[in-house]
Amino acid sequence: MANSNEASAGTLVEDWSGDKETFRVHWGKAMMWIFLLSDTFIFTSFLTSYMHVRMSTAEPWPNASEVFALTMFGQSIPLILIAIMTFVLITSSGTMALAVNYGYRRDRKKTATLLVITALLGATFVGMQAFEWSKLIAEGVRPWGNPMGAAQFGSCFFMITGFHGGHVTGGVIYLAYVATGVINGRYEEKGYDIVEICGLYWHFVDLVWVFIFAFFYLW
Amino acid sequence: MAHVALADKGQELSHPHSWITQYVWSQDHKVIGIQYMVVATLVGLLALVMSGMMRLQLGFPGTFTLIEPNEYYQFVTMHGMIMVVFMLTAFFLGGFGNILIPLMCGARDMVFPYMNMLSFWVYLLSVIILVASLFVPGGATGAGWTLYPPQAITPGTPGADWGILLMLISLAVFIVAFTMGGLNYLTTALQARTRGMTLMRLPLSVWGIVMATILGLLAFPALFVAAIMMTLDNVLGTSFFMPAVNILGEQLEHDGGSPILFQHLFWFFGHPEVYIVALPMFGIASDLISTHARKNIFGYRMMVWAIVAIGGLSFVVWAHHMYVSGMNPYFGFLFATTTLIIAVPTALKVYNWVLTLWEGDIHLNVPMLFAIGFIFTFIHGGITGLFLGNVAVDVPLSDTYFVIGHFHMVMGVSPFLVVFGGLYHWYPKLTGRMMNVTLGKIHFWLTFLGTYAIYLPMHYIGILGVPRRYYANGVTDFMPESVATINSSITIAALIVGGAQFIFIYNLIASLFKEKDAGGNPWNATTLEWQTPDTPPKHGNWDDELPVVYRWAYAYSVPGADKDFIPQNEPPSDKTGKE
Repeated sequence: MANSNEASAGTLVEDWSGDKETFRVHWGKAMMWIFLLSDTFIFTSFLTSYMHVRMSTAEPWPNASEVFALTMFGQSIPLILIAIMTFVLITSSGTMALAVNYGYRRDRKKTATLLVITALLGATFVGMQAFEWSKLIAEGVRPWGNPMGAAQFGSCFFMITGFHGGHVTGGVIYLAYVATGVINGRYEEKGYDIVEICGLYWHFVDLVWVFIFAFFYLW
Repeated sequence: MAHVALADKGQELSHPHSWITQYVWSQDHKVIGIQYMVVATLVGLLALVMSGMMRLQLGFPGTFTLIEPNEYYQFVTMHGMIMVVFMLTAFFLGGFGNILIPLMCGARDMVFPYMNMLSFWVYLLSVIILVASLFVPGGATGAGWTLYPPQAITPGTPGADWGILLMLISLAVFIVAFTMGGLNYLTTALQARTRGMTLMRLPLSVWGIVMATILGLLAFPALFVAAIMMTLDNVLGTSFFMPAVNILGEQLEHDGGSPILFQHLFWFFGHPEVYIVALPMFGIASDLISTHARKNIFGYRMMVWAIVAIGGLSFVVWAHHMYVSGMNPYFGFLFATTTLIIAVPTALKVYNWVLTLWEGDIHLNVPMLFAIGFIFTFIHGGITGLFLGNVAVDVPLSDTYFVIGHFHMVMGVSPFLVVFGGLYHWYPKLTGRMMNVTLGKIHFWLTFLGTYAIYLPMHYIGILGVPRRYYANGVTDFMPESVATINSSITIAALIVGGAQFIFIYNLIASLFKEKDAGGNPWNATTLEWQTPDTPPKHGNWDDELPVVYRWAYAYSVPGADKDFIPQNEPPSDKTGKE
């Protein structure tokens, strides 16, 4: 066994304790998974802290459905902007998945196109978030206080959506970088794992949004 | 398509072209490790000098005026934070982790050398920000190393203007640096091991450092979030951690926050942080003991699982730091139970070290002295930890010198002894020279005996009820006069031990020029770092072929072998009888 080059296609335990590689993936992919695990703890800490201050504050918590309502066609529709934002972001996950697929097929044109579409959807999301921020700021919501109720509402809102928005913005830049690389053929030799690694990050940012949506906007 | 491991494909290394790229902007993991060690040592010396100044104040109150009463907390805070985070964490993970992981795994470098280099420079930036806080108006923060709100950012606390802000930024920057390094350490150990190096053949040093890295990647986020939230409280006037505070009849702007939340976040980081320092210390001590006792480590698998178990348990004990914060007694019971459970795998490790020594062919080399000294101090500090893990004992002892004694024994002296032992052990590999033995022994005995002279009496005065965090004790009814005498003797011992460290620094530098050539493997050790073709190892570590590993890391005194150690990469022969 000592000399054996091929890890036997045995059990999980053998795989994990085998030599050279614990997971049969690209180094960068393994690293991205580990980073995302660490990042999960950051967002978990943010969301748990938000729940904690929501319980500890003495003032009543503003009703998210009312705060995040838009008046359209003469009617107040709760959470309509957030719903559209969520739809946009989840759609971008779909185009990302397609990009990964075409990447492995080495279809550079389609991969790059889909990456650009994903980035544009991401940018749209950030743009809509900017609109939401400016609307709330116009209504008097500030990190240190707001007219609707507990000051922590504004603090948590700006901090958590800001941190997530920063992740999305970073992701858009990352996507644009990978897209140019795909167009220039930068990955012809190394292979197109980079698209999937980028996709892991993008899906993660998307997944985090689902939790923020559930815990901050729906609750 | 057959999967070819990346480690076999040959890594593109960016070889240095000039002095600058070789020693300054270096991507070589060994140079980065040494850079980490140098910066950590420098900032550690700063913290050492601070502790000496504090001891002069405590031992001879009123005699020296090195520290004004209003500056005392600033010294306490900076000493604690520097030693725990910027010295020990950086030294074990950034220093030893960088140097040992690729060498011991048989890799050419970390998997992403550029990011590894970036990690060091960002770490340096965090240190600069931290040190800068000493010079801003109002000085460094005096919030205590735990930085508890509300007092950390309330006017009146030293450094509430600028110091606390720089401290929080410095911590956040440090965490970014650590994450970049930590991702590298973990990925390298998981994905870039050489042929034959299975996880269960890794030296325990790598296991300890890797597990500590995992803890760091999962625990530092809590501190990161806490730092961001407190910065917002401080700068933007949010109220995450700040309840309604009334100072001298004046209501602060804050309202409705939860100071306890900060304590939870801080200790969710803070307790794993203890093991971020402790696990590499366990691993390195295991390797030192086994190598210098010429005997395989007793119960290797048990040692590995103990490291993993301690790492896992360290995430469910954090509230034992908060017994005195006021919590539901049932929680206290729960956290006391999990805390005491950690003693099981920890004790198992201690037994295994002692059993490794038993009937070993013990060579009392300088690294071995430090490793054995570590077993003593660690047992000592560990057992007092059991006292403090119990709610009923912790509540009266928590604010006394007993805690100082316990903490410094287990988290101060023990890791430092291992750091010294590790440096004496690996110095020959990194420089090609041995370190002076006489100076090493003087350094060991002064440090080892001296720390007992410092910290044993602290347990005693702690049980008497002498409170910690006091600038001067003054005259009280409950403290006998002997406390002042004990404090003076502690100070004298502390100054001697502090001075002894400069012997060590001198030895580190002088040995470079004065001592004899070490050869490639002066300790006759089995692990891969001693089998490199060059000493010190060149960039890329190995020749054209990576080494192939045939056995575990502890083939010492194998019966029938013609020498008392078999390197991991030596092909099996008839004489050794087994692979």
